[in-house]
Amino acid sequence: MPNMSLKKNPMPSQDPQVRAHNFNEVAIGYTEEMALDEALRCLNCKNMPCVSGCPVNIHIPEFISKIKEGDFEGAYQIISKTSALPAVCGRVCPQESQCESKCVRGIKGEPVGIGRLERFVADWHNAHSSEAPVAAPSNGHRVAVVGSGPSGLTCAGDLARKGYKVTVYEALHTAGGVLVYGIPEFRLPKKIVQKEVDNLIAMGVDVETNVVIGKTLTIDELFEQGFEAVFVGSGAGLPNFMNIPGEAYKGVYSANEFLTRSNLMKAYLDDPVTPIMKGGNVAVVGGGNVAMDAARTALRLGAEHVYIVYRRSLEELPARKEEVEHAMEEGIDFRLLNNPVEILGYNNPDDRRDPKNGFVTGIKCIRMELGEPDEKGRRRPIPIEGSEFVLDVDTVIIAIGTSPNPLIKSTTKGLDVNKHGGIIVEEGTGKTTREGVFAGGDAVTGAATVISAMGAGKAAAAAIDEYLSK
Amino acid sequence: MYKIVARKELNPTVTMLDIEAPLVAAKAEPGQFIILRVDEDGERIPLTIAHYDREAGTVRIIFQIVGATTEKLNHKMVGDYIHDFVGPLGVATHLEGLKNVCIVGGGVGCAIALPIAEKLHKMGCKVTSVIGFRTKDLLILEDEFRACSDKLYVMTDDGSYGTPGNVCVPLNEMFAAGQTFDEVITIGPLVMMKFVVLATKPTGIPCVASMNPIMIDGTGMCGGCRLTLNQDGKKVTKFACVDGPDFNAYEIDFDEAMSRGNMYFGFERHAHEEACNLFKKEVK
Repeated sequence: MPNMSLKKNPMPSQDPQVRAHNFNEVAIGYTEEMALDEALRCLNCKNMPCVSGCPVNIHIPEFISKIKEGDFEGAYQIISKTSALPAVCGRVCPQESQCESKCVRGIKGEPVGIGRLERFVADWHNAHSSEAPVAAPSNGHRVAVVGSGPSGLTCAGDLARKGYKVTVYEALHTAGGVLVYGIPEFRLPKKIVQKEVDNLIAMGVDVETNVVIGKTLTIDELFEQGFEAVFVGSGAGLPNFMNIPGEAYKGVYSANEFLTRSNLMKAYLDDPVTPIMKGGNVAVVGGGNVAMDAARTALRLGAEHVYIVYRRSLEELPARKEEVEHAMEEGIDFRLLNNPVEILGYNNPDDRRDPKNGFVTGIKCIRMELGEPDEKGRRRPIPIEGSEFVLDVDTVIIAIGTSPNPLIKSTTKGLDVNKHGGIIVEEGTGKTTREGVFAGGDAVTGAATVISAMGAGKAAAAAIDEYLSK
Repeated sequence: MYKIVARKELNPTVTMLDIEAPLVAAKAEPGQFIILRVDEDGERIPLTIAHYDREAGTVRIIFQIVGATTEKLNHKMVGDYIHDFVGPLGVATHLEGLKNVCIVGGGVGCAIALPIAEKLHKMGCKVTSVIGFRTKDLLILEDEFRACSDKLYVMTDDGSYGTPGNVCVPLNEMFAAGQTFDEVITIGPLVMMKFVVLATKPTGIPCVASMNPIMIDGTGMCGGCRLTLNQDGKKVTKFACVDGPDFNAYEIDFDEAMSRGNMYFGFERHAHEEACNLFKKEVK
């Protein structure tokens, strides 16, 4: 008998007042009872609309049926057939615009909590299964993967399962890419990422940190070393700034820098080795997941008041819905339809040695209204003349996206990029203009989601397999 | 892990290390830098490559003890290991076609200037070197510069060694005497480079400065190392890690770079004191 409740089982979470002051995970996860109850809301539709909404086509009704039977390990086995990182995706995918947006139960009421069930299954497996993954028999082919973020880990995992000898090159000192330097601990605990990396290593994948492809080694040299194909998943690159006055004041960070300091360099610990500006008032500019992560990190680091400054309205806010809700519950102050025009700083003309000189004091914004829709269908924000005002802040974090990293394209002949600097690939295979080189993730698309990067890594792994099986 | 194969104290606050890093040594060029972490959970700091030996697979760094991380690094001895060492990063200094160059180095910046002077010398370029220090005790690399320079000026601010005065003194004298160069390359404290620029500008000689701002990843991801260039009246943001570290010195906003450089001054002083307490050493 299906569970006909119109509402999802709510996700048990840390109390907003408590979690705003710690870096522990916000969502605690379903119990077995909740998972069973939620699984019973799935109608097991024959045409499986949800699967078409998943970038890696997880067999959703099939794994949920296993949950109904209480066979959680069986459910995990079904998910892991198509997804390399279920514990990650269950936490960070924007399910509301993917699988859950297609769910029939969503027509009247809330869709089945597919993401929550995926997370439950992955966590159950990690807690109960002691079976270490084993290396597949070698097929003798070697593949290099550039970058250990979601696309690279997925591509490496899929190829290793097919018997390829894979080496993953990571520029930073820790593997995981954006999952480690970008997404905060309270949303994706680092030990989950580490477990996924450890699984790959157990499957025979070599992970080489501290190697910058394009600098330490070039793609040509990888081929000379005997790699037969290369997957480039080097991720997003240089942060964009607004090009407004005052962006060089001390206390202005890109979201990448702020999050890297806190996450990768652990500036959130009590006695950090890497400094970060803590406390005071903070303005985060932007409306995506990265903006939410930065705002909530600033709050946890001890900020008194945190603003999100976004030039459109709530409806256009691109962040994952749950993150926006969580941020609001925690007391983040959303200043929508506001656009920064200048960052203000302290300058004491009488004392050049005044230690406050050059630090941020505020951000001047202008109110906006929404005009006609642009070519993408989003209503264009238009400034309201004379409506400028100042928010008093000590830190400004710019989270308005990134441009692709120039290191690989500038050192790889025959690898074409588009006018934005993204690597040009064939849709569905990740084939670049250079023979034997495949690419995916933010290096191709510009800033996008973890799951779309995984989808690209997966597609490229299949294409590399086909390319090397010829 | 990267093994220390040689160590030498050049003066009481400046130490030289040769580190086994064959991949970095194979590619390194003058002007490029590395990023290292001394130990697990350590801070990432950028240091410019002072020398490399492709056959031995080693890279030389020369650093001044200014904070907690360099204090810890200074306690590593031959046979010890450094946790992370990545590079070579940044764009190598453009030296092609240069026939007559003036190198102006200040303090520990001379360590970065040396491989550039050496490479120019090897190319057959005429090298005039001006190296400046606060005082005699801080002098480094004099013999090395002498070996690769056609003319060498050694300056100390307090006159305790060489010629008294800062690096601009001989520079102004040379310019006043009508001497000219294809390029002036300057590496050292920001305030010194700012004055080298002021001295050189009236001559119209191209001037390049090597910048060393605060960095984290060093690969073009975080944007912490950004600086502002004034290009034809337009302000342009550049990133020292991927666009630099060398820039047209006439375009650099040095005042802004100096302000940004001291952002964590209080934090760093405190951290250095803590590190010194750990090693039971007095903060200099």
